[in-house]
Amino acid sequence: MSTSVAGVAALTVEQVRSGLEQRQFSAVELAKSALEFAQAENPKTNAYLHFSPERALAAAERVDRKIAAGEDPGPLAGVPVAIKDVIVTKGLRTTCGSRLLERFIPPYDATAVARLEAAGAVILGKTNCDEFAMGSSNENSAFGPVRNPAALDRVPGGSSGGSAAAVAQGTAVVALGSDTGGSIRQPASFCGVVGVTPTYGRVSRYGLVAFASSLDHIGPLGRSVRDTALVLRTIAGRDECDSTSAFAPVPDYLARLDGNVRGLKIGVPREYFEGLTSESGDLIQKAIALLKNLGCEIRDISLPATKYAVACYYIICTAEASSNLARYDGVRYTTRADGETLSDMYRETRGAGFGAECKRRIMLGTYVLSHGYYDAYYLKAQRVRALIAQDFRDAFQQVDAIVTPVSPFPAFRLGEKLDDPLEMYLSDIYTITGDLAGIPCMSVPCGKTAAGLPVGMQILTRHFDETGMFRLADAFEKAGGFTGSN
Amino acid sequence: MKITEQQVRYVADLANLKLTDTEIARLSRDLDEILTHIETLNELDTSQIEPMAQVLYDAEQTATLREDRERAPIGNDDALANAPLAGAGYYKVPKVIER
Repeated sequence: MSTSVAGVAALTVEQVRSGLEQRQFSAVELAKSALEFAQAENPKTNAYLHFSPERALAAAERVDRKIAAGEDPGPLAGVPVAIKDVIVTKGLRTTCGSRLLERFIPPYDATAVARLEAAGAVILGKTNCDEFAMGSSNENSAFGPVRNPAALDRVPGGSSGGSAAAVAQGTAVVALGSDTGGSIRQPASFCGVVGVTPTYGRVSRYGLVAFASSLDHIGPLGRSVRDTALVLRTIAGRDECDSTSAFAPVPDYLARLDGNVRGLKIGVPREYFEGLTSESGDLIQKAIALLKNLGCEIRDISLPATKYAVACYYIICTAEASSNLARYDGVRYTTRADGETLSDMYRETRGAGFGAECKRRIMLGTYVLSHGYYDAYYLKAQRVRALIAQDFRDAFQQVDAIVTPVSPFPAFRLGEKLDDPLEMYLSDIYTITGDLAGIPCMSVPCGKTAAGLPVGMQILTRHFDETGMFRLADAFEKAGGFTGSN
Repeated sequence: MKITEQQVRYVADLANLKLTDTEIARLSRDLDEILTHIETLNELDTSQIEPMAQVLYDAEQTATLREDRERAPIGNDDALANAPLAGAGYYKVPKVIER
């Protein structure tokens, strides 16, 4: 019997919990309805690359058994989630949006995935993304672009475009993404959902396929601040399998979502608004006015190294990527091209397997690390990175949080920016600084343009102050009426 | 020009990437544009700044040390399951040494 669960596309984590508690539906009924809905809707956006019905139903059955036995089924019991396809799942294909890994079946689960399932979450499938998480539009996926649910002729942003689109479309309640230079926040803003990049090291990267190791993060996307806070609380915390994961205790991010942000000092960095004349800029200004109405004290601040962030970022991330992607050589990971010699085999495999953007970044990264250039590029970029981090440390002497745009413009049309890689890179300006400094940052919806395109506001706070970030975002969301606005 | 086609071919060789002539031409143009933008970093005097290799925050000095405990490895079969070509418990590659 397939009892379809009403309103499956708009459920929140807490509604799932109360639905299960009040026996409005079972976890299995919800999983079936969610899968059916997601599979039917997916052709519109291409958000999912593949579904995992067996795994989902097995997880849902475990939840139902626990409920029947009177046991606690976990804080995310029965919640349908989507996982970006750069995060490995045991026995479930993980492609990274690349031809090279088209048939890769990981032998283990990422820690974040294991923690979600241990908390009762139900994994529906894996979401589309730019190849190896490299891109700002999701057009670099080997398996076709994702379309933005808010406007199907537009990109969902990237690289976690599939995760953002799935949450916006209602084909998952929450999703995991990854962020190296804005890959959670920018698609969240384009699709009108909440996207969180936690402090560097806050969430274990064990099982996140490496792109740029000093910048990579896993984080949640959801339709409300509360849902993302719940997911982060579940996946955060020290993991022995990732020596870069932080020891800091994980606070209860939900305990202080009381809407009271009176007296909070908020910095507005002037460098982020220079030349920002778009509708996105106007909506951010309105958002800042709203924060002022809530009793926040708005302060003009300066982050002087901002204009160097894009250059700094594209040296560091490509250098690290060129090393991390060296492992795809035709020996270990499923795909091999013919070659007479070992060296020919490497070259043929990589030449045929990587898409244009990956090649561009491998080339730039190899160049900046090549003999004689290390000091001029990589070392120089690391010094500039220190300046960018110092800017934030100085700013947080005066303010509790910083508010900025996420992107200079809303979702653009498919194909619109494909021919100009530098322009695409420059559009990451507002998001890469947070990754370089390693501080927590998030995008929260702040309204729509006249054409109905969602716009997000970015909030940044001190290292490990996710609590303060969620508190401000939640108060803003409630005051602006943007909850579940899609 | 920051980078010539000849240099692009050299870097492709270092990166073990086989590229077509069209790709070489396109990459020469793209890398040149990006490297020109990257030059703006030279406006900054960073001689007194320590390079930041990793995000750092306060923790005990020995915090990343853990107890040395045994843990079962995933085993040969699972490790080789994704190999394009395997045999006798090893990855197989084209012949490297002539006998």
